[in-house]
Amino acid sequence: MKIIVCVKQVPDTNEVRIDPVKGTLVREGVPSILNPDDKHALEAALRFKDADPAARIVVLSMGPPQAEEALRECLAMGADEAILLSDRAFAGADTWATSNTLAAALRKIGDYDLVFAGRQAIDGDTAQVGPQLAERLGIPQVTYVQRIERRDGKLTVERQLEDGHEVIEVGLPCLLTAIKELNEPRYMSVGGIYDAFGEKTVAVWGLKDLGVSPDQVGLEASLTQVQRSFTPEPKGQAVRLSGTAAEMAEALVGSLAHRHVI
Amino acid sequence: MDFQVSKEQELVRKLVRAFAEREVKPLAAEVDAQHRFPAETVAQLKRYGFTGMIVPKSYGGAGADEIAYAIAVEELSRVCAATGVIVSAHNSLALWPLLRFGTEEQKERYLRPLADGRKLGAFALTEPNAGTDAAGQQTCAVLDGGEWVLTGTKIFITNGGEADTYVVFAMTDRAKGTRGISAFVVERPAPGFAIGKVESKMGIRGSSTAELVFDGLRLPKDALLGKQGEGFKIAMTTLDGGRIGIAAQALGIAQGALDESVKYTRQREQFGKPIAKQQALQFMMADMETRVQASRHLVYHAAWCKASGRPYGKEAAMAKLFASETATWVTERAVQLHGGYGYTSDYPVERMMRDAKITEIYEGTSEVQRMVVSAALLK
Amino acid sequence: MAAVVILQDKCVGCGLCAKACPFDAIDLDKGARKASINEKCTACGSCFESCKKFGAIVHGARRKAKADLSEYRGVWVYVEQRAGVVQPVAVELLGEGRRLADALGVELSGVLLGEGIEPLAREAIELGADRVFLCESPALAGYTTDGHTKALDALVRAHKPEILLFGATHIGRDLAPRLAARVDTGLTADCTKLEIDPADRKLLQTRPAFGGNVMATIVTPNNRPQMATVRPGVMKKAEAKPGRAGEIVRFDAAVGAGDLRTRVLEVVRSARPCCAIEEAEIIVSGGRGLGKPEGFELLQRLADKLGATVGSSRACVDAGWIGHERQVGQTGKTVKPRLYIACGISGAIQHLAGMSSSDLIVAINKNPDAPIFSVADYAIVGDLYEVVPALIQALDRKESLAELIASRAAA
Repeated sequence: MKIIVCVKQVPDTNEVRIDPVKGTLVREGVPSILNPDDKHALEAALRFKDADPAARIVVLSMGPPQAEEALRECLAMGADEAILLSDRAFAGADTWATSNTLAAALRKIGDYDLVFAGRQAIDGDTAQVGPQLAERLGIPQVTYVQRIERRDGKLTVERQLEDGHEVIEVGLPCLLTAIKELNEPRYMSVGGIYDAFGEKTVAVWGLKDLGVSPDQVGLEASLTQVQRSFTPEPKGQAVRLSGTAAEMAEALVGSLAHRHVI
Repeated sequence: MDFQVSKEQELVRKLVRAFAEREVKPLAAEVDAQHRFPAETVAQLKRYGFTGMIVPKSYGGAGADEIAYAIAVEELSRVCAATGVIVSAHNSLALWPLLRFGTEEQKERYLRPLADGRKLGAFALTEPNAGTDAAGQQTCAVLDGGEWVLTGTKIFITNGGEADTYVVFAMTDRAKGTRGISAFVVERPAPGFAIGKVESKMGIRGSSTAELVFDGLRLPKDALLGKQGEGFKIAMTTLDGGRIGIAAQALGIAQGALDESVKYTRQREQFGKPIAKQQALQFMMADMETRVQASRHLVYHAAWCKASGRPYGKEAAMAKLFASETATWVTERAVQLHGGYGYTSDYPVERMMRDAKITEIYEGTSEVQRMVVSAALLK
Repeated sequence: MAAVVILQDKCVGCGLCAKACPFDAIDLDKGARKASINEKCTACGSCFESCKKFGAIVHGARRKAKADLSEYRGVWVYVEQRAGVVQPVAVELLGEGRRLADALGVELSGVLLGEGIEPLAREAIELGADRVFLCESPALAGYTTDGHTKALDALVRAHKPEILLFGATHIGRDLAPRLAARVDTGLTADCTKLEIDPADRKLLQTRPAFGGNVMATIVTPNNRPQMATVRPGVMKKAEAKPGRAGEIVRFDAAVGAGDLRTRVLEVVRSARPCCAIEEAEIIVSGGRGLGKPEGFELLQRLADKLGATVGSSRACVDAGWIGHERQVGQTGKTVKPRLYIACGISGAIQHLAGMSSSDLIVAINKNPDAPIFSVADYAIVGDLYEVVPALIQALDRKESLAELIASRAAA
């Protein structure tokens, strides 16, 4: 069984602040991390491998050369090989162009039984690349997957809904996007870390390796464009209550009740 | 000169920090309060390769280097010193002598299950009358019909009450003094081997510190580790390396207390501003940071010496001496910075202060370290 | 998203853009005093603002439209229905779609896919649709990606809308990207604001980007339809006008069972009902400052007293202290209750993105500089473990306390 897991290295947007004076992003000290949903995707793949040691897991990412760090982490968690799609031509891709590029890589890898991706990346939160990649590959998709079972060569998966879930049967190959509820990702292991820099490799593929024309990737292929971006306006000054906890609580409850909010 | 850690070491730190923050830290106060050995953590340590860090993969270990190992003990101790010493005693004191002095058969039989975490290890040298003066061993082993028969009592044995495999030192020829001491590999359970008193301690209460009682314990002939009479050398070289582990533990405790202090002084307000804005406290933290960094350089340097095959006895002694005294100094100041809250168990610094003290005592007191350093200096 | 170009003739090498870039994607050549974009660029657009003064940063050269865009007319809304019930977000989209259609001077159409759902078509017309494309087939009875994608693809090719909107629900976010890839058009996720550019009829799609730290306005210049998913709870609901006239167009998309590669075996409504935090009038929300999962028990007590729902910041959800269905913020729910009480929430911008449009915000935090106070109406600097119990007590006397406030105001 060959499983491809698509991952992304992202800035930890939890750690980002806006400079209250200048209204700009404070980037300093924001670490790059393996996208959280992607970790759940990799864990799901690793569990297939736990059950079937002959399974092979290939992690695939598109990004700058530094994204290799995230791939090494995946190898240290137990993935078998890693491929980084990195080329200046890939830069500035929207989800349409990204899924095009990933699809080209998947076709080159070939013979996959299962493709995993995280539901969405925390830097864009679009949740679009998974379904668009599935469409490019012409395979079925199930998104928001919270449970997976393998039965008679097919998968029975639970897809999360806002108010419950549906149980879906899907054949292989297919693409699944993972959410947090799917599993608890393992840590890297110490031995895995040494393997990740030893016997395992991160292959880097550029435009030429994929054999696609430059107008099918990156900026050239993107169908959307950012017209403008801005930081949200802050509100006016708050009423600052003072005194002891009890005094502040009384002032607040009084004010809210007076304004008929409660 | 290159102070950059390797990519592997950097990832090991990332792994251990994540593991420590999520798995170890939430239990730290509880295992301390209840004097409870964190068995659930130990089960996890095995899964992620902390039980055989410096053992080659061919023996079921993780194949990490000494610096990565020091980083791991440091990061674990940063949130829970008891977990730090469980790992340190297992790796430095039980696995290492087996790796260094064991025969192929002994490595397969004893080292592999320790490295892959099926078994937990301990090191038994100290006796009621043989502490710093380790040569005064009372425990003895005699050959009887092709088997060794072990009799005596060991005390203050880290992991003592929980381990499965012990490296035990005993007199095989009292007339020869230190050259009459031999090392044995002992497995539990076995008739003639009992766990005695489990100590109630000031700190590192999650670790099991126990008395071992051998009463005619019969060991196969190949339980002898190294040659007969080599025990004292094995003990001393093992402790040289063990000191790096304890130094790393002390470093972690100090770093943890410093991190808590930075966090607290930024939050805590007095006189209408965070107390971190008070220069008296800023200077105190500057001194803490400086000493912690100095400890770190000594610890990593000693680990680097060991990893690169250089002599490291003096370096390990200096690292342990300085890091342990720094841990005590820094944690005491951390409590001071926390004021009254620091004296309560609501904040971790009081635990860290209690935990720090032992690092000046075990695996050679500060006085022993000074003996080692001065002996090297004046030889 | 799209791409960014630095016009070298306008760039003065000031470096402001490099500082503004969250991805470290702008290199500065100090010698030549020029900035350039490197391969880390995700085209998030954060740099545009930083270069307002020089205007050196623009979106990249675009390829030309392949098709005649003027062939595409009209605004469409995917009227999401589950088990024969039009979803609230579809009602919001019909309201918003109406507004956009009027701005463009075109018709608003609803798209309904399912089986035995003709009454819903009437409902959509009463909610503002001029026309409803009704696709009924047993193969469309329940939602499947394959079935609904195929039907919509056929509809779009046949009738060519210029705008197609979906709710950013678990269905909309499954379907819209797949469809956009099939019809080869751009898609913008999770929009919180839609406008028409009067100059060229383009749909301006505004959404939080980079974890909610910036807002980005995105366009699809050369492809049609312009597709967007819209975050539930953001747009104003359409009001039904009983008896409103409209046209129902039946469309046979020829979707059969053979088209479906997934099979829904069962649909389970969660035993633990989702707390419907989007619907709550009052929310008591907790953050990292709770320090421990048990803190939510205290918040629940306050919530019970207020008839409120308990919410959470992302940090607590990530820590496993509370379920994700309680999460408010960029990656959680967008809420706009009458009253939002933030306890121990520092106010990371992605949290603010989900709650800052609440009518009234109370923030309780130890740190007087916490960003949450910048959106708060009432600020309490203090330990929530002291303040919240005091609030619970004070609520027993809210009438007399209100009178006290009234008399003080009068004085």
